[in-house]
Amino acid sequence: MTPSVVAMSVIFFIVLVGSVVGFCAGAGRKMDLEEWSIAGRSFGLLFMWLLMAGEIYTTFAFLGASGWAYSRGGPALYIMAYITLGYVISFYILPYIWELGRRHGLQTQSDFFEKRYRSKGLALLVSFFGVIFVIPYLQIQLTGLGIIVQVASFDQIPRNASMLIAVSLVALFVFFGGMRAVAWVSVIKDFLMILAALSIGIYVPLHYFGGVSPLFHTLAATHPTHLVMPGATKTMGHAWFISTVILSACGFYMWPHTFGAAFTAKSGETLRRNAIVTPLYTLSLVFILIAGFAALLIVPGLTNGDMSLLMLARKTFPAWFLGVIGGAGALTAMVPAAIILLTASTLFAKNVFRPLFAPQLTEDSVARLAKATVLVLAMASFGLALHSSSTLVALLLLGYAGVTQFFPGVVLGLFWPRVNAFGVAAGLVSGLLVVAMLMLSHRDPFHGLNAGFLALVLNFVVTVLTSLVTPAQSNPLPLNEEAELGASVR
Amino acid sequence: MRRPSALAVAIGLIPFVGMCLSVPWWDRITPMVFGLPFNLFWLILWIVLSSGCMALANRVEERRKRGSAL
Repeated sequence: MTPSVVAMSVIFFIVLVGSVVGFCAGAGRKMDLEEWSIAGRSFGLLFMWLLMAGEIYTTFAFLGASGWAYSRGGPALYIMAYITLGYVISFYILPYIWELGRRHGLQTQSDFFEKRYRSKGLALLVSFFGVIFVIPYLQIQLTGLGIIVQVASFDQIPRNASMLIAVSLVALFVFFGGMRAVAWVSVIKDFLMILAALSIGIYVPLHYFGGVSPLFHTLAATHPTHLVMPGATKTMGHAWFISTVILSACGFYMWPHTFGAAFTAKSGETLRRNAIVTPLYTLSLVFILIAGFAALLIVPGLTNGDMSLLMLARKTFPAWFLGVIGGAGALTAMVPAAIILLTASTLFAKNVFRPLFAPQLTEDSVARLAKATVLVLAMASFGLALHSSSTLVALLLLGYAGVTQFFPGVVLGLFWPRVNAFGVAAGLVSGLLVVAMLMLSHRDPFHGLNAGFLALVLNFVVTVLTSLVTPAQSNPLPLNEEAELGASVR
Repeated sequence: MRRPSALAVAIGLIPFVGMCLSVPWWDRITPMVFGLPFNLFWLILWIVLSSGCMALANRVEERRKRGSAL
């Protein structure tokens, strides 16, 4: 057997096992919309942790992080900082979102906006842009899958064919499995990914340099500027780092699928404890960054940095182990892709289609429509992935700049009774306009700062000012119902 | 369910200072620690410290909840 057949068989086997486990987990439960999309609000600490890690540690973390360490150097460190700080922020907002979700039966991000601001228009705006901005994220997963199959098949299977196979599999998996299935596959995925990260991050420096220390001493001598910011770039200095880390940490739970994950928890307490343990998972990224730095010395001159981790693995390990790494990579693309598809399609059916075209639709019909939307979205993102040439991190930064514009509406909505629908709508629109203007004209970073960060600051200012000059609305979702009743009695 | 206490929020700001705002002071290669460039080592250290900060903030919130229940 040729190496490509060995590697591809192993990948195929891993993906197959993952899919079977997923199908079995979903089987035998009554699949209403609440079970399918948020697993009936039943997840405890362990499952929550797996699901959240499942949606955060995507192909982006696997191939994109090593790709940036390889091609940009120091700026790649932003990834470690923003993920950790994203969890820190989650501690202060997710338990409250969960609590309101339980009390008022919220299932999606736009349910929150609709109930909090009593505005169908605002909810529609949020759902629409939520679906738009997850498309780059979905595209990342498909592009990553394409790269994996291309490298593991020793360039024999074209990238497009592999993306098509992968996207069909993901769609079927979501269609029949639902959220519970996804969480179970996360278990296999996380195990394999940690195995892959450790083996590359530890074995590679040992094998080629005799340890991590000689690796970095060699790098510091041969590429003295690569390991610090701005690394191999001209614009990604400390101001960029600070603005990008703050933007991405704020946006971490603003994605429709990460926001929605809060509703799957069993209690608000689960989410708090989750914020304590999950940052530690970020440590696995260290090994992936080390692999990216090592690749710079071992497989120099790649035009696409996103391929560096796999090219390094292909050069270092036997074919079957390249297959294991490729299989881990394939699952790290499929799990998040499945979660995104699930959330985006529920959002579309429930919060865009129903209010606009068919207000009388029953929950069951919405569930059926959501499942049909899965197939449509999967094909749409496949079409985009075919024609896009952006790197994984560039796609992610675009999506982050967009979804983070929901942050003021969420945080102020939770903690500032004075904020109203006008303010949030005005802030959101101005933020999105700035993102579109700066990013589409390729002026990101803008004067050394992340364009999305500038938009976020403007968004906050506009939201607060507009809320103050327009008539106050009452807050239909107060955090503490009992206390407010109590206060009026006292 | 009350909004987070000022003390818990203040604890949450510590990781932001450690990992983000202070970047000009720690973005250096030397001194290398455990063979890692100083900036990489610093971030690893702060991942662990951030987890500790969250545990502390959780403690503060739990204690407050128990206090108000009495």
